Amino acid sequence: MDSFFARYKNPLVLIAVLLAQTIGLAVQVKRPDTGERDGHHVRMVRLWAVSIALPFERIVHGTGRDIRGAWTNYINLLHVRQHNRDLEQEVAQLRLEQVALSEDAIQGHRLQALLEFQRHYISTTVAAQVIGTSGSDQSRVIYIDKGSANGLKPDMAVITPDGVVGKLRDVFPHTAQVLELDDPSSGAGVVLESTRILGILRGTVAGGIQINNLTADSRIQPGERVLTSGGDQVYPRGLNVGTIESIKPDPEHQPYMAIAIHPATRLEQLEEVLVITGTQTTLPAQMQKDLSGAAATAEAARAASTATERLPGIEDPAHPTAGAANTLVPPRPLPALHSDRFTPGATPPAAELKPGGDGATSTSGSSPGSAP
Amino acid sequence: MATRSYTSRREAEQYAFHPAVALLIPLVAVVLQATGSKVFPRLALLDLPLIVTIFFAVARRSPVAGTLTGAAIGLFQDAFTNQPIGVNGMAKAVVGYMAANIGVRLDVENTKTRALLVCSFSLVQSILLYLIRSRLLGVQGLQVLWLHELLRAIANAAVAIPVFFVLDRVKRQE
Repeated sequence: MDSFFARYKNPLVLIAVLLAQTIGLAVQVKRPDTGERDGHHVRMVRLWAVSIALPFERIVHGTGRDIRGAWTNYINLLHVRQHNRDLEQEVAQLRLEQVALSEDAIQGHRLQALLEFQRHYISTTVAAQVIGTSGSDQSRVIYIDKGSANGLKPDMAVITPDGVVGKLRDVFPHTAQVLELDDPSSGAGVVLESTRILGILRGTVAGGIQINNLTADSRIQPGERVLTSGGDQVYPRGLNVGTIESIKPDPEHQPYMAIAIHPATRLEQLEEVLVITGTQTTLPAQMQKDLSGAAATAEAARAASTATERLPGIEDPAHPTAGAANTLVPPRPLPALHSDRFTPGATPPAAELKPGGDGATSTSGSSPGSAP
Repeated sequence: MATRSYTSRREAEQYAFHPAVALLIPLVAVVLQATGSKVFPRLALLDLPLIVTIFFAVARRSPVAGTLTGAAIGLFQDAFTNQPIGVNGMAKAVVGYMAANIGVRLDVENTKTRALLVCSFSLVQSILLYLIRSRLLGVQGLQVLWLHELLRAIANAAVAIPVFFVLDRVKRQE
């Protein structure tokens, strides 16, 4: 007769495996005393797994980049010139806008300094390529090709020129895991641009992002921009998060609303990101230089406008007739010293003239002059 | 008198794999899932490691091997996510166990059977993952999008058929 263990070997193995993993889950859920997200052994397991996959991810990413580069740099040049022109126009437009806003910005900074108001500006960033993902739509993380060897640390903000992507979760020597904003475990402190209402942004199971800690407010409208508030000490203040897409009651969190946000960055098609490695409370040097240049340009434009107003013009602005219609009046001829038949008024009317007659006879009061 | 039919003979067949194949194919499946999702974001809907787990479990027809294979593949898959390690390990261990038990009783060489098997186990995994996250991990406000999970099951079944045909070439009969 078979023993108990031999008879029920299969279910016993299953129960043992499940029990071991349940214990492992319980150990992981209890947060480590060191304050890190994962314990030492869990981190080692993740490091081994990522180290196995990293070379393949780099090869695939490099191959794809080379193919895309060959296509865009040599084959697909049809629209490069037009794209270049469009970009130049956009840059010129942005420069003009910068000139207009520079003075307000400088005044704002002066006022902030007076009030001893501290704001953190981005000082240093590290560019990184996205080389992989978690492979699951229930865990929205991406892997980048930079790690602790490049100065990266956990909880550093990750952005693109369009907006916020997320933050670093796990950092390994040559790669790092980025937790995207649309992951259910992700969160960020945000502020609505026009109404300045503070909120907390969270990812949803469906892969979206929403604010779910605000009550109904008529001031909150779709289309309003959402920025980072800086209150979470992770994302610097003022970074673009997205725009409000819809506002609906949240049945699971009454009386709060579910404010869906359309992210500014296309989180599912990321190629390059910037990791914010340093912030400072003063304006970065490049930004100061740009603002100074823009302010100088604005000052020069104002001075030119003032000088133009003061220069003498063809018409005296103080004269009442200035601005009247420009009609050319021919100068009146001087009166003749000795009148003759060409003198105005010396020629008789045509009705009194006879063919073959002397046309020099004058019927007007003026006496005909002697023939020269 | 019981007759032995051709299908019952096929049911008794067990297959083995070269150790390198047994190690590389799950590795490739997980890495392909992680890397491919970056190139094709829609690929995140699929679960290639699940397909490989089911294949090995029904081919070996050993519940112990199916359990251990599923657990190992799931743990490796968990290492790439931000979830605690063991969530997919537990789910795929159960799927591997069940797939191996069914593989002993049914003819799993048939294409329709394979598709139905993968579709069913994909839904079973979705339920298990929901239970693990909500009951064991205590995640609040967890919602399951059943239509999305159904689409995932159908997509897994569709991809599994050609994958199984390719993997059939590496089987070694015991």
